[in-house]
Amino acid sequence: MNRLTGFNVVSLTLGFAFLYIPILILVIFSFNESKLVTIWAGFSTKWYGELIRNEAFLDAAWVTVKVGVMSSTLATILGTMAAYVMVRRGRFWGRTLFSGMIYAPLVMPEVITGLSLLLLFIAMGIDRGVLTVVLAHTTFSMCYVSVVVSSRLVSFDQSLDEAAQDLGCTPFEAFRLVTLPIIFPAVLAGWLLAFTLSLDDLVIASFTTGPSATTLPIKIFSSVRLGVSPEINALSTIIIGLVTIGVLVASVASKHAISRRIADEKAAAS
Amino acid sequence: MRRALPVATGGGSAPAPPGYFDQEEGGDRVKRVFTAVPYVWLLVLFLVPFGIVLKISVSDYAISIPPYAPTLDLAGGWSAIREYFAALDFENYVFLTEDDLYWKAYLSSLKIAFVSTVLTLIVGYPIAYGMARAPEAWRPALMMLVILPFWTSFLIRVYAWIGILANEGFLNQVLVGLGVVDSPLAIINTPVAVYIGIVYTYLPFMILPIYASLDRMDPSLLEAAEDLGCSRTTAFWKITVPLSRPGVIAGCFLVFIPAVGEVVIPYLLGGSDTLMIGKVLWEEFFSNRDWPVASAVATILLLILIIPIVLFQRHQQAQREAGQ
Repeated sequence: MNRLTGFNVVSLTLGFAFLYIPILILVIFSFNESKLVTIWAGFSTKWYGELIRNEAFLDAAWVTVKVGVMSSTLATILGTMAAYVMVRRGRFWGRTLFSGMIYAPLVMPEVITGLSLLLLFIAMGIDRGVLTVVLAHTTFSMCYVSVVVSSRLVSFDQSLDEAAQDLGCTPFEAFRLVTLPIIFPAVLAGWLLAFTLSLDDLVIASFTTGPSATTLPIKIFSSVRLGVSPEINALSTIIIGLVTIGVLVASVASKHAISRRIADEKAAAS
Repeated sequence: MRRALPVATGGGSAPAPPGYFDQEEGGDRVKRVFTAVPYVWLLVLFLVPFGIVLKISVSDYAISIPPYAPTLDLAGGWSAIREYFAALDFENYVFLTEDDLYWKAYLSSLKIAFVSTVLTLIVGYPIAYGMARAPEAWRPALMMLVILPFWTSFLIRVYAWIGILANEGFLNQVLVGLGVVDSPLAIINTPVAVYIGIVYTYLPFMILPIYASLDRMDPSLLEAAEDLGCSRTTAFWKITVPLSRPGVIAGCFLVFIPAVGEVVIPYLLGGSDTLMIGKVLWEEFFSNRDWPVASAVATILLLILIIPIVLFQRHQQAQREAGQ
């Protein structure tokens, strides 16, 4: 398959141009002097300055990070448990329902998830705010974590865990000392995915939040509805930059971890 | 997903070491706890809420907090409960069929989602195919380039298109500047802008499964076909396309299902001309504050989507079993 035809080169070039040019234009216009986003009027970083002085955006960013860290941590714990059960436990009562509830949120339209969670919180009499958004985000992102972790668990040799138990580990110790370190890269990847999903979510957060907890996407959405603004371009550029750095660091780190593991395995085999 | 348990090492006849059976029970306990915690979480925060949506969809709108009636008053005893159930009816569903806004919105959402899925496939397949044919050393980088936009905020990627598609936007400046068109094209606030938005934001979901199935393909099949006199084009249609079918199916579901309920793209790019049910639900809830009607809209949407969701899960299950 290693023969790129002219058609392949053209489709790859056009495809990646389509994916990246809009982002590039967005970034370029964040450095525009003019308030009109579409007409270039010279280089300026003044919108970044405006952004830093905008308390509302800073508050929203802080709420978003708080929600993201809490929900992704909870989601990672719950999702790893669920993945372990899906891969390791045989038949049990209600297994079909369990796997259905793991996979359904992945494709469920956000409006339905958001509306149903909001009605639950109201029925339970919980005040809406950071807590309710955390609960909502944990619920859908744990499913993504469990998919990521279970794909790693499937390829992991179960006899290692059994050997640890034969050597006197309790089942929980075997999980903690043998299984968890081996699947850790996947758990970390799951955490990162849950964190970005939480940072990104507008619809579910809009339904489940209260006046005390405005997240960044909600803030961006409400100002974008009034029209395009260079301040939003600046904010977007910062977010894109941070995400890109994060993804690159994570991928380099995981490549490093994989090559180290291969080296370890070679050393152990010799 | 479920794997055959390997036969326990050590054999059954050997005397069990002391404490062995306790460990087995402990293992069950770990598995039971690991099952129970996420299970209860999902029951309470995923399944029960659907029941509440159903319940409110048969309630009536009321100017109160919460804005629906009746509310169940368990302290009122049996008669209160009976009264409560007597007040529930399917009025909201009847209302949905009477006002043609709703069924038009459902149909138009299905149409927009279907057309966008086909467009995403047409755009995504050549990219996935090019990736699969690229030199081995490039592939991780190409994968990264496809995944990276997916990690970047969805809202920001939709926002980026407002500036491009606007009447005085980037695209129109280029087109007018090149003399392709005389006057700016009206793209923003039309369904075309929604198609562009959906194709753009959902493209990675189409590319990745197709690429995965093309990557698994044995290249010697194509060589064999060419040796036997097949032209390259024929080999592509007779071998590559059928073998990539699982990826195409998965990609289409992953685009179609969420696109039906899409809110942000029709809101920001579609304008008032584009009717989509997710946006109707959103406005029913946030602008009209009519929770019972919003719940009925959500219930019908869920009923429509259950078919593709179940088909998708069956397909994934079959793929997993075939892969083992």
